[in-house]
Amino acid sequence: MTTQAGPNTLSAPGAKPNHDLVIDCRIDNLHYGEFLALRDVEIPISHGTITALIGPSGCGKSTALRCLNRMNDLVRGFRFKGRVLLRGLDIYDEGIDPVAVRRNIGMVFQQPNPFAMSIYKNVAFGLKLNRYKGDIANRVEQALRDAALWEEVKEKLHTSSLALSGGQQQRLCIARAIATEPEVLLMDEPCSALDPIATRKIEDLMRDLKQRFTIVIVTHNMDQARRVADRTAFFYVDTSQGGRTGYLVEYAPTPAIFDSPREALTREYVAGEFS
Amino acid sequence: MSSSGPAALPIPEPGQRRVSRLNLRRSLKSWHTLFSGGMSVLALAMSALALAPLVSVLFMVVVRGAEKLRPSVFWELPPAAGMPGGGIGNALLGTILMVVIASVIAVPIGVLAAVFVGELAPDSRTATAARFAAKVLTGMPSILAGVFAYTVVVLATGNFSAWAGGFALSILMVPIVMLTAADAIRGVPQKMREAAFGMGATRSQVVWHVVLPTARPGILTGVMLSVARAAGETAPLLFTALFFDYWPHAPFLEPTSSLAVLIYNFAGVPYPEQIGMAWVAALVLVVLVLAANITAQVVSGQSETPR
Repeated sequence: MTTQAGPNTLSAPGAKPNHDLVIDCRIDNLHYGEFLALRDVEIPISHGTITALIGPSGCGKSTALRCLNRMNDLVRGFRFKGRVLLRGLDIYDEGIDPVAVRRNIGMVFQQPNPFAMSIYKNVAFGLKLNRYKGDIANRVEQALRDAALWEEVKEKLHTSSLALSGGQQQRLCIARAIATEPEVLLMDEPCSALDPIATRKIEDLMRDLKQRFTIVIVTHNMDQARRVADRTAFFYVDTSQGGRTGYLVEYAPTPAIFDSPREALTREYVAGEFS
Repeated sequence: MSSSGPAALPIPEPGQRRVSRLNLRRSLKSWHTLFSGGMSVLALAMSALALAPLVSVLFMVVVRGAEKLRPSVFWELPPAAGMPGGGIGNALLGTILMVVIASVIAVPIGVLAAVFVGELAPDSRTATAARFAAKVLTGMPSILAGVFAYTVVVLATGNFSAWAGGFALSILMVPIVMLTAADAIRGVPQKMREAAFGMGATRSQVVWHVVLPTARPGILTGVMLSVARAAGETAPLLFTALFFDYWPHAPFLEPTSSLAVLIYNFAGVPYPEQIGMAWVAALVLVVLVLAANITAQVVSGQSETPR
């Protein structure tokens, strides 16, 4: 087995012997009202990996991501058939509180969305929500260091987070999400509002964080998936039934998706033959 | 289409090259130009005219109010008929007292109503009805609030009182607080709510820890605007707090003086000292209302608008 040296290399398929499943997701079908948005998705996700969901607009990759922490429950008319096992526990079981699920799974959104409060209070938000009894200031510093933001903000922790640049705001959102040490970190196109330099910083950060947090990222950017993801899921849109229903075409180690895809559709998409 | 204005653009047929010379020259003599110039001047004149009442009232109040203004007016009682000196201390205190009572009633009701109308169920029938009622109430003649408070509080307790006055003023404040606060709440970016839900906040935690703090400048603006409105009201107090020549004292169960009613009572009497006090009261009231309005402007200007 050959693995390249250096901290930022992609792990080759099978290089990581850790196959213990953190999330086992199977979506049979997912409706918004009468509209079938997503069908036939099965994505098992291992601990300590980055999984990318790619595909054209409207293919349901964000919808699939939001199934993993029950954010879709906030959408009116949402109906779900399938199961999402988080460490063996089905988060869609009756008696499961979506709020409790979301506390165990962090999320970073497309638009940086810090709260209109100080940098410190943003990071402390989750800790206070969960009535953390320990040293909050210490945890805030640690989270900001982990998000590679500490050096830039340590002098102005108590000033408004909205004065930060877009890239800093997004790293603040990552710090806020990881401050509570969630098991999984979901990222919904986290770099689409950022310039290439800020994007690189976030990508480096993801590679640093993946040992501690299992990361699932939705991205429009195929190069980004190739750079950061261990495994990639390719979604496509089925328009044959009149609507636009997303489905999973192929899920495999990233190099396989890009260099030797099993499906013709995947090959055409990653070659940029359509979008 | 008339031929005035800039030269008409000769539009070529599709596929043809544009052949005529470019003409981008401004024509100063065209009817179009003259008309738009004339309208601008007219609009300027009208806006100056709209300012005139405010400026002339302010001018009168400042000039006449300043004549009798001295520090002791703030702590002395009004002069008896025909007597010199005196002040507006009890009226100032009464106005502050009743506005505080009104705020204590109106702000929690208005803000909680705004949370329902702006956040929890903006599309529900209850919210639609509440919004409609509030809009009607803001345009309602304020004397009706006085009549209502008279029936509900004065007749029930058997006393004209500061409580009745404050209650009447709170009726005028609730819709202002509710409508501005609901607007402020709806102005909180959806992405912040999403962030909070994503952290595992419950609905009430989202409202309490994210939505209300973010909307706070807007809510404070509404509160200050409603305070300004209430402080200047006379009609609701005529039925409820009446007037009183002495200091209000706890538990505020007797008639209570206020700046607005003092102006009303003293402006029509033949005694120059009392008329002078009415002008002083008018000046103090204007300053109070302006201060509340300016505070509202400053507070709303401080809102942190997210990028």
